Amino acid sequence: MARGVLAVTRTTGAGAAALALVLLLAFGTLIAVALRAEGAGAFGVADWAALRFTVVQATLSAALSVALAVPVGRALARRQFRGRAALVMLLGAPFILPVIVAVFGLISVFGRSGLVSQALLAFGFEPISIYGFHGVVLAHVFFNLPLATRLVLQGWLAIPAERFRLAASLGFTSHDIAQQLERPMLREVLPGAFLVIFLLCLTSFAVALALGGGPRATTIELAIYQAFRLDFDLGKAALLALVQFALGAAVALVALRVALPSGFGAGLDRAVTRWDANTPALRALDAMLITLATLFLVLPLAMIAVDGLPALATLPSSVFTATARSVGVALVSVLLTLALALPIAAWSVKAASKLIDGIGSLTIAASPLVIGTGLFIILFPVTDPFALALPVTALVNALMSLPFALRALVPALGQVEADYGRLAGSLGMTGMARLRLLWLPRLRRPLGFTMGLSAALSMGDLGVIALFASPDTPTLPLQIYRLLSAYRMDDAAGAALVLLAISLALFWAFDRGGRVNADA
Amino acid sequence: MKTPIIAAGLVTLASVANAQDTLTVYTYDSFVSEWGPGPVIEENFEARCGCDLEFVAVGDGAEILSRLRLEGERTEADVVLGIDENLAEAARATALFAPHGIESPQLDLPIAWEDDLFLPFDWGYFAFVYDKTRVETPPTSFEELADSDLSVVIQDPRSSTPGLGLVLWVKAVFGDDADAYWESLNDQVVTVTKGWSEAYGMFLEGEADMVLSYTTSPAYHLIAEDDDTKAAAAFDNGHYMQIEIAGKVASTDTPELADQFMDFILTDGFQGAIPTTNWMYPAKMPADGLPEGFETLHEPENALVYLGAEAEAIRNEAIEEWRAVSSQ
Repeated sequence: MARGVLAVTRTTGAGAAALALVLLLAFGTLIAVALRAEGAGAFGVADWAALRFTVVQATLSAALSVALAVPVGRALARRQFRGRAALVMLLGAPFILPVIVAVFGLISVFGRSGLVSQALLAFGFEPISIYGFHGVVLAHVFFNLPLATRLVLQGWLAIPAERFRLAASLGFTSHDIAQQLERPMLREVLPGAFLVIFLLCLTSFAVALALGGGPRATTIELAIYQAFRLDFDLGKAALLALVQFALGAAVALVALRVALPSGFGAGLDRAVTRWDANTPALRALDAMLITLATLFLVLPLAMIAVDGLPALATLPSSVFTATARSVGVALVSVLLTLALALPIAAWSVKAASKLIDGIGSLTIAASPLVIGTGLFIILFPVTDPFALALPVTALVNALMSLPFALRALVPALGQVEADYGRLAGSLGMTGMARLRLLWLPRLRRPLGFTMGLSAALSMGDLGVIALFASPDTPTLPLQIYRLLSAYRMDDAAGAALVLLAISLALFWAFDRGGRVNADA
Repeated sequence: MKTPIIAAGLVTLASVANAQDTLTVYTYDSFVSEWGPGPVIEENFEARCGCDLEFVAVGDGAEILSRLRLEGERTEADVVLGIDENLAEAARATALFAPHGIESPQLDLPIAWEDDLFLPFDWGYFAFVYDKTRVETPPTSFEELADSDLSVVIQDPRSSTPGLGLVLWVKAVFGDDADAYWESLNDQVVTVTKGWSEAYGMFLEGEADMVLSYTTSPAYHLIAEDDDTKAAAAFDNGHYMQIEIAGKVASTDTPELADQFMDFILTDGFQGAIPTTNWMYPAKMPADGLPEGFETLHEPENALVYLGAEAEAIRNEAIEEWRAVSSQ
């Protein structure tokens, strides 16, 4: 084996350095937070309420998402129709949809002056309000029902078609199939789906910020922000941050014992022939379910386009400077994601250790607000944290994209090394040469996907920037939040459309760029 | 006779020397909106200082103070405009402010004001504002409000000075029973917004029957929009008073300019803009008096206010009481 000693240490060294940085940001900040929390006051009634609200809304959001996903996933699994592939693809969209954009769309549909309220008024009913507990849960279901549906659909499609054929030849009714085939599958898939969504809702900040109804609907993440920005109580913020971390870690530990499903499954593009479900009643039921789910997903997005287009021409210039700022943050964040993910992936592949990318993926349970609080506490005595708002945002966003980047890169790099590693080794191709000539060209597709995902996630982020932003340097999501709060709905709609378009365009451009001329 | 001329000459010289200087003023959102006092005051002050006056909107009033504490002596702010009497002690305790330097300022406030750090620039009474076409019999007291089924939108006392004003108002009326009152009102509160702008916007959009604002708010609709459908509910419990104040930041890099601005606050160039842009009573009555329409406003007979250390002593307890009840 002709790999030089130098190259070995370089891969290990770079990987270890990147991983150390991740650990430092995830846990170093936590130590800073813990030290600071010592002098904090007691955990008050309102803080307990925030803890309770966080857990209750996450439980309900996850339960609703999973429960609704079962009939919708079943309908998608057993029906073939025009546009099915597009619909399944659309189910992946909320993942890269900026939260504040979705919130705007939901307000246009479910708000006091929204479509649903107007319809209710026309029939003589009271309009509904979207603010508070039910608004937060609604938004979380909007984001996570598609994810849950994809996971459930994967479960269904993982049942071999032969089993359904056999069931049909044995004269199984739908009830029998449910009992013999579907329920065992759901028992395996649902706990994992529930936990993933529960974890995502646990760290929800932007939704609660925009739709929470004051102290009654405050998540811990929001309480951290308030202790920080409103009370200037760093001790309280730190105490809340510790609680948030403990909560996330506890759930993550449970999640480790349950097999977590992967959201990026392939092969969702076919339906299974189901002889048992070929009755008019079931067909009508499935058609209705699919229509309702599609409307629930598409209407808010359509409203953004409908409301946003007329406002585009008259957008205030602040929206464009905020856009430029956000694109800059997103691009830097893409570079940082790669700078962290590639060395960790390389080390993980070389050492053949699951543990390494496992540690790198820890940040999926981390809270950006906790990391932000920690960074603020560390930076404050040294320099002006507000001046570093944009770099810090780019860094924390990169950290948040890291788990997804590793999930895409590690298997792909493993394959590349298995296929070409020995040849490259015998040619003495190490270090930068190996990176430039072997890895980058061969990893184009996962790299494009990773970069697209990381750009879109960073573009739409409204988390740590809310802690660090100065009044005069908002990113685009923050600017939309401000326009929304000031009830400048037209401008907010236009800006939301801009954000949506740029997020999707960034994802598309990188992802597409990775596919052009790349071999499968 | 000579001294004022020399002084005037020095001021002119100073303003020439400061030609490129920027005076940064932290204030609340609605102050700098295009229909707020910001643009007029900026124009009037820049005409005399030959400087660049830059307003920075930092959310609602109470957020200005949090912001300043977060930034400490590194702050860019030279002057702070828009905290109120309830936060004056907390602001003093930060030791970030310098004396305003105006000896016995001539004020037209309903109460005596003596403070070497903070200078009032306007004042008003908090009140719940409603739409006469939607609410036919407005409540005449806090108790009636809680007994009704009217929905209200209020502001977070930690970020908003009106929100803080309401918490202290309830405390002033109900004392030790304040938490019981909050409990009786709780289910009528549609939402708690971060600032006044958000809450008032929600009210105008029809998201609630009443909004916590000022007795002077209807004047905006009357004078600027020729709309007499908005009114403030007169409460016989009395109305809590707000005195909005300005302060000079001690770490300012342009102390002369900051002093010049503090002097400017009580002149007509500032005060004349207040009634029809900030929709409050001016701290010093401008030569033209109040615009037509203000005489239609409700003037409370019983004004409530905590001042200085008293407000500070009650503030945290009152906020925690409110937070505990409204988080349930």
